[in-house]
Amino acid sequence: MLALAVDLTKNPSFDWHAFAPEIALVGTILAVLLADLIWPGRSAFQTSRIASIGVLISLIPVLTLAQDGVNRSSFGGAYMVDNYALALKAFFLIATYVTILISVNYIGEGDYYQSEFYFLLLTSVLGMTVMASARDLISIFVALETISIPTYVLAGFRKHDRKSNEAGIKYYVIGAVSSALMLYGMSFIYGVTGSTLLSSIAEALSGNPDGTALVAVGVFLSIVGFAFKVSAFPFHWWAPDTYEGSPSPVTAFLSVASKAGGFVALLNIIFFGFHAQPNTYWWVVVWFLAAASMTWGNLGALKQTNIVRMLAYSSIAQGGFMLVPFAAYGIATRGAGTNAADVAVSAFQSVVIYLLVYGVMNLGAFAVVIAIARRTRSGEISSYDGLFSYSPGLAVIMSLFLASLAGIPPVAGWFAKFTMFRAAIEAGGGWGVSLALIAGVNSVIAAFYYLNVVRSMWFKPAGADAVAAKTPAPLSAAIAICTVGVVAVGVYPQIFGKIAELVTTAG
Amino acid sequence: MLASTVVVERARDFPLLTFLIVLPFVGAIATMLTPKHRPEWAKAVAFLVSATTLGMSLWMLAAFDKATHGYQFDVSHNWIGNLGVRFSLGIDGISLFMVVLTAVLFPIGLLASVNEPKFKEFATWMLMLQASVVGVFAALDLVVFFIFFELVLVPMYFLIAGWGHGNRAYAATKFFLYTMAGSAFLFVGILTVAYLYTKSGHALTFDVGNITEWISTDGAISTRTARLLFLAFAVSFAVKVPLFPLHTWLPDAHTEAPTAGSVVLAGVLLKMGTYGFLRFAIPMFPAAAHYFAPVLLTLSVVGIVYGAIVATMQPDLKRLIAYSSVAHLGFVVMGTFALTTPAILGGLFTMLSHGLTTGALFLLVGMLYDRRHTRLIADFGGLWKSIPVLSALFLVATFASIGLPGFSGFVGEFMSLLGTYVTRPWWAVVATSGVILAAVYLLWAFQRSFTGEPTGENVGLRDISLRELVCVGPLLGLSLFLGFYPQPVLDRMKVTVEDFMGHLENSTGYIEPESPNPEPVDVHNDSPNEEAASH
Repeated sequence: MLALAVDLTKNPSFDWHAFAPEIALVGTILAVLLADLIWPGRSAFQTSRIASIGVLISLIPVLTLAQDGVNRSSFGGAYMVDNYALALKAFFLIATYVTILISVNYIGEGDYYQSEFYFLLLTSVLGMTVMASARDLISIFVALETISIPTYVLAGFRKHDRKSNEAGIKYYVIGAVSSALMLYGMSFIYGVTGSTLLSSIAEALSGNPDGTALVAVGVFLSIVGFAFKVSAFPFHWWAPDTYEGSPSPVTAFLSVASKAGGFVALLNIIFFGFHAQPNTYWWVVVWFLAAASMTWGNLGALKQTNIVRMLAYSSIAQGGFMLVPFAAYGIATRGAGTNAADVAVSAFQSVVIYLLVYGVMNLGAFAVVIAIARRTRSGEISSYDGLFSYSPGLAVIMSLFLASLAGIPPVAGWFAKFTMFRAAIEAGGGWGVSLALIAGVNSVIAAFYYLNVVRSMWFKPAGADAVAAKTPAPLSAAIAICTVGVVAVGVYPQIFGKIAELVTTAG
Repeated sequence: MLASTVVVERARDFPLLTFLIVLPFVGAIATMLTPKHRPEWAKAVAFLVSATTLGMSLWMLAAFDKATHGYQFDVSHNWIGNLGVRFSLGIDGISLFMVVLTAVLFPIGLLASVNEPKFKEFATWMLMLQASVVGVFAALDLVVFFIFFELVLVPMYFLIAGWGHGNRAYAATKFFLYTMAGSAFLFVGILTVAYLYTKSGHALTFDVGNITEWISTDGAISTRTARLLFLAFAVSFAVKVPLFPLHTWLPDAHTEAPTAGSVVLAGVLLKMGTYGFLRFAIPMFPAAAHYFAPVLLTLSVVGIVYGAIVATMQPDLKRLIAYSSVAHLGFVVMGTFALTTPAILGGLFTMLSHGLTTGALFLLVGMLYDRRHTRLIADFGGLWKSIPVLSALFLVATFASIGLPGFSGFVGEFMSLLGTYVTRPWWAVVATSGVILAAVYLLWAFQRSFTGEPTGENVGLRDISLRELVCVGPLLGLSLFLGFYPQPVLDRMKVTVEDFMGHLENSTGYIEPESPNPEPVDVHNDSPNEEAASH
């Protein structure tokens, strides 16, 4: 921190443009709080409106920065605004906008404190936008805590519900443990390399094999810490309980945006910092995390009867798929590492594309789950029986999202899987190909439980209490945004062409 | 002559293949959007679309030049530029008749299903299926092929699970997961081969032609790699064919599927597997294909005999026909891996012929089911007296399926046996028993169901209707026509198959043994009586 402060005094010209999205977001957060102060109790739909407009305003500087196209480095390289960071910031903001759309009626109609909800949500998002730019262990840690702490409260937002309390407590305890582990690991790395800046760490690690064992412990502990955050096996067991207990829009947010925050942190530390030292065998750890998360998540999902728990396990498995490119990159860097540069590009692209696609399809699936729960008042998969007969639109759209999660063309999921497989195969060797085959087998297992829901919706007779209720406009809008995204990317993945290029320059 | 030239030139300027894929797809959406209270609109749209695609495919058939080497009607558009994926389509002698067969079977399937409940949804899935199947047969880019290959599963799943019989959910899921598991290997294989291609300094592409050429000319990949890759492709296609012992999804899927579903499943979906061998697995890895040929030949011959024996024991008429498909497709794979020109031609011809004859049999079983609501052979009996026309047609279809001379089945199976005998006599000898067994199980089933005196509910059934006749008639007629006069079809396949063999010989040093009958179609001139009969 001291280094940053010194740097700031040496270079007093502050790049306001680079921080404009975060500043706009902070302004929105304050506005939401103030709104409750000024119109206490009458803020019913006010705060959600302020929040959603604020998020869209924050998106404007992201676009102008992208238009500008200059890589801006602040605080001596600890905070980078490049195209990769901007792509992710845009994604986080759009995902938040969709989350707000999903929440409006749910939070408005339930017994919730509205402005606090949006305040916490937006604070967490602020952490995410910072995370996308963080290139320093300390700013990564601060960003991660900014993401996490509001979500602990959000998970326990249904104050009078024991399950929600359990969700909040579990999430909080796990979060604290993982932060401790991560910090402990980071301290080792700082001890060996003498820097918290990722670029300096990479330099030190590549030149200095002394203290490799210490670095290995440090890297291992930090990765374990992040594994908790992204709910990778064997650090996943909090996820189903937390997801089930949290209010549904919070679950959507946790499973998409908050998980993405963890993955972005992992991307930053591995691709900008730890990659230089393959002898620490960090890639073996990631390989096992990936293989085990896919398999365990999918096997767990098979026996679920509740759709939210099923999606929770499926998100553990999807996290495993997202870890595959990390492992692939690690495999490529060991030994001579002749194709490391190629694999770095495709692995990096793959993680980013998978994150974006996963975000859209999972948010969409949760939005439909919430819409359906409005009719059936239930989260059991059996309550989806015969949905097609009384609500064909929702059934078709839910099938699209499930097909996308299963990776069936022509909806977006297949392209994410495609890039993921590609990275694994480019890494090659026994490790790469075996991981690709494990991923292949897991795709089939996953298809089974997604199909199960599809079968309920289309082919089983509807239950007696099934009623067609109206889906509120904001929720419909959220579903529409996700549907368009999933279909557009699936049919014409070249949309990502530009993003893939942007990312190349960063990696 | 002039008129035909004009037709040909027009067809070349017109993106026929793109239309054959896009039109059914658009038609599916249009059918879906027709209002619920106007079921006749859905029918009109569906039939109009499928009739138009039939017309277009016949136009393509007429414009197809049998002397041209390589692909015809080819189009190529940039799709995912970053990954070198191009939307490339084209057809040659291998795929031409599969596309045409698809266009023939779908309108028939729709016509046979007009009385299905929820016809609108049914037609939507059928048209989507048609678009995907044509995509599989026309794709010249590995990724595009893979996407269509996967896409086929979705409408077929809904057709089986939505309109099937008894255990339909189980059958549909089994079908889906089996094929998807096979596809995982295919996907890994495709990505690996494309990566190896870029590693050798080429720009990333998934173009079949470029990759095939690269593998064969440079000797670019090691023997071991080639064998592993061949296996990755082969597993996926073997599930689809299906080859023994990966066939267990087939009897369930065929039996539980609605009639039209069974017709297209047997008629064209199974051929996606054998087509995959001919288009991708063998040309890309010829040496590995030659190396593994004995294994695949053995599996196919086991499939022929096993399928026939199991079919004999089936109490369910539809399941019996399903198992007969295992046997028939065994002949196709055997012919393919015999690696001789007549055998491959025979295999290709069997692919076409099996689509016609088995399609007809499934339609007829469906008609019996509509009347009796059972498919058990034991429940039938003496049907000939009760419904003579339908029974006669069933007998004709039975003969066609057995491969009686004069039907298309004979030409295909005879040629593939003959071609196999040249290189692998013992396999051919064992496979020949399959022909005899086919006569056993089909005729025995016919005898139990149709001969004798009708009893109980078998009395006083309604005979075949005009609509049903229009469904079955063309298939049997075509089978009979091709049985007497296979030459036009074989001519259009021949150049491609010769190029295929030439490619194999150039790239592996394998020399095709001289067939006893270098002009394979001459086999037919041995039966002058039938020639005379056709006039």
